[in-house]
Amino acid sequence: MSIGWSEATLTVAGTNIRVLQAGDGYPTVILHHDIGTLDRLPFYNLLAADTRVIIPTHPGWGLASERAEWMRSVRDIAAMYRMLLAQQAIPKANLVGLGFGGWIAAEMATMAPADTGKVVLVGSMGVQPGEGYIMDMAVHGYLDYARAFFHDPAKFTEVYGEPTGDMLEGFDLCREMCFRVAWKPYMFGHTLPHLMQSLPNETLVVWGEHDKVVPISSCNRIVAALPNARKEIVAGSGHAVDMEKPEELAGLVRNFLNA
Amino acid sequence: MDLLYFTEQPMATYPAKAGLDFGATALMFSNKHFDPKSGSELYNNYIEQYKLAEEVGIDGIMLNEHHNAPFCMQAKANIFAAILAAVTERVKIVMLGNPLPLAENPVRLAEELAMIDMISRGRLVSGFVRGGGQEQLATGVNPAYNRERFEEAHEVITRAWTEAGPIRHEGKHYQHRVINPWAVPLQKPYPRVWVPGVISRETIVWAARQRYPYVALNTSIEETKKIWEFYDSIADECGYTAGPENRGYLIQTHISDTEEKAERNARQFQWMQGEFTGLAHPVWSTPSGYSSPSNRRAFVEFAAGLRQNPRGRTTFEQQVNDMRIIYGTPDQVVKKLKMILEQTRPGILALWGNDGAVSQADSLTCIRLMGQEVFPAIREIAKELDLKSPDEANAPVHLRYSTDLRKPVAAAE
Repeated sequence: MSIGWSEATLTVAGTNIRVLQAGDGYPTVILHHDIGTLDRLPFYNLLAADTRVIIPTHPGWGLASERAEWMRSVRDIAAMYRMLLAQQAIPKANLVGLGFGGWIAAEMATMAPADTGKVVLVGSMGVQPGEGYIMDMAVHGYLDYARAFFHDPAKFTEVYGEPTGDMLEGFDLCREMCFRVAWKPYMFGHTLPHLMQSLPNETLVVWGEHDKVVPISSCNRIVAALPNARKEIVAGSGHAVDMEKPEELAGLVRNFLNA
Repeated sequence: MDLLYFTEQPMATYPAKAGLDFGATALMFSNKHFDPKSGSELYNNYIEQYKLAEEVGIDGIMLNEHHNAPFCMQAKANIFAAILAAVTERVKIVMLGNPLPLAENPVRLAEELAMIDMISRGRLVSGFVRGGGQEQLATGVNPAYNRERFEEAHEVITRAWTEAGPIRHEGKHYQHRVINPWAVPLQKPYPRVWVPGVISRETIVWAARQRYPYVALNTSIEETKKIWEFYDSIADECGYTAGPENRGYLIQTHISDTEEKAERNARQFQWMQGEFTGLAHPVWSTPSGYSSPSNRRAFVEFAAGLRQNPRGRTTFEQQVNDMRIIYGTPDQVVKKLKMILEQTRPGILALWGNDGAVSQADSLTCIRLMGQEVFPAIREIAKELDLKSPDEANAPVHLRYSTDLRKPVAAAE
């Protein structure tokens, strides 16, 4: 089945945000990884087949995305997306956060639970691991870091293709934005687990069995903090479950959202 | 002309094979290879070198700092500056310099530098740098705000030095509700600030707008001339004419009794496999957001192995040919330096004398010949060429203290 994607530019807090949309039905916002995102991915298509999918490009993440110079925190991005949804007259939406996007989703959910439907956090950053550390992109090359998202490194090339100047420049821009908003503490906030304690929304926490980027101990802390969460471990997957096991993840998410 | 001696304070006693096996000799190369017994010996050797430099008539000692790497043992330039303030009596203490973005509290830095200036009875030259990319990672400082932090810290420090306290600063990266240090510099309006750099255009623009001398770090003659040309154009926009007093040049130069010995020791300038700051992953030396956006495409392609190093990698012979490395007996060295001075006309010349595993005895010989034979000849050449240092030219410490501007002061901040 072919999915018709549309692209729009919406202005929030003085910044033009690029938004991809497809599908009909209840709105579901997908928040992408720290390394940016490709416009088309099987996981996006699978979700768009039975729901309205909204994918904003984080402001400044990649060659086609405008930077908000003033932005200093992940909570700023979450607030921008809340305003973006309000502008679009979308009073309530499900949130699907992938990796770094999971952190944004958790911030959006905790700042407005009543405006949030269900929440899916996949290999989410934002919460300090109980054991181990979130992988520090600063000491890894662009490709090494992106390849570490996959349990099977060959999958990286399958999804992204051979490296190009545009791809690498995009990774560098994304990396700079991560530094600008999440340098210290690196890729988590100390306050988020406390806020999560009062998030009543149903939440599915998904982790790749072989996630090398965000330790499984983060998953356990998130599940322990949230009053209404359950977890699923996807066998044979690394951090980017959405790109490595798209069908498995889409199945889990669809079952959860439609239940 | 100001004539300076510089050493990176190398630690060649680490196991070189371990670095080659690991594939890097910076940032993540384990400090389990650091031997504090050797470190203690070497630090004291460097103090001996600096004392000799003063004894043999060298005008100044240039200091710098780097972190997490054997190419430079000096982790805090202010420590050595404080030592020199006490153990020397005449030399300029030239810090090139304090990496401002690394400072979480620039007011404390202003205090430390004021103390060094007073203890040395006004011999401090307080250079400021952005710090290399790896320094940001080694100290946990956000590379994406490096330049903003550099400029803001400079503002805080110069205000702390020149305005009667208590004052307040509420900036983007630094907030100080009470700035009132009980230590201010002896030199007025404040110690001279020199800005070293390799080639970053933004830094040249910034230095020229402040009217701070720019010290080119081991660039080729052609690159150096381009730097001056660019600096001069910015100076012109600001209403002043730049001259030798705005130009400094650091050159790797080893001097010995014989040419053979000088060459053998000069080869140590390549001891880090020719890399200025040791072998490192490109994303360590240039973390995202640290470098000029105009270099982004070339850099990322180099970092991922899709193209050659845009800065190039040159052999010892090439560097000798383009006079980025000079070696020889005093007469041979003077001859080459004369050519460099004629072509580049700096008012500040720093010789990076010893590197790698050059023995202490050979290092001391190099310093002795530098002070007693090379620099006296260079002073005469400088006089003939009218190459004046900032002090000799009575240059203003900052653009705002200029009395010779052709038009109202351009916004320097």
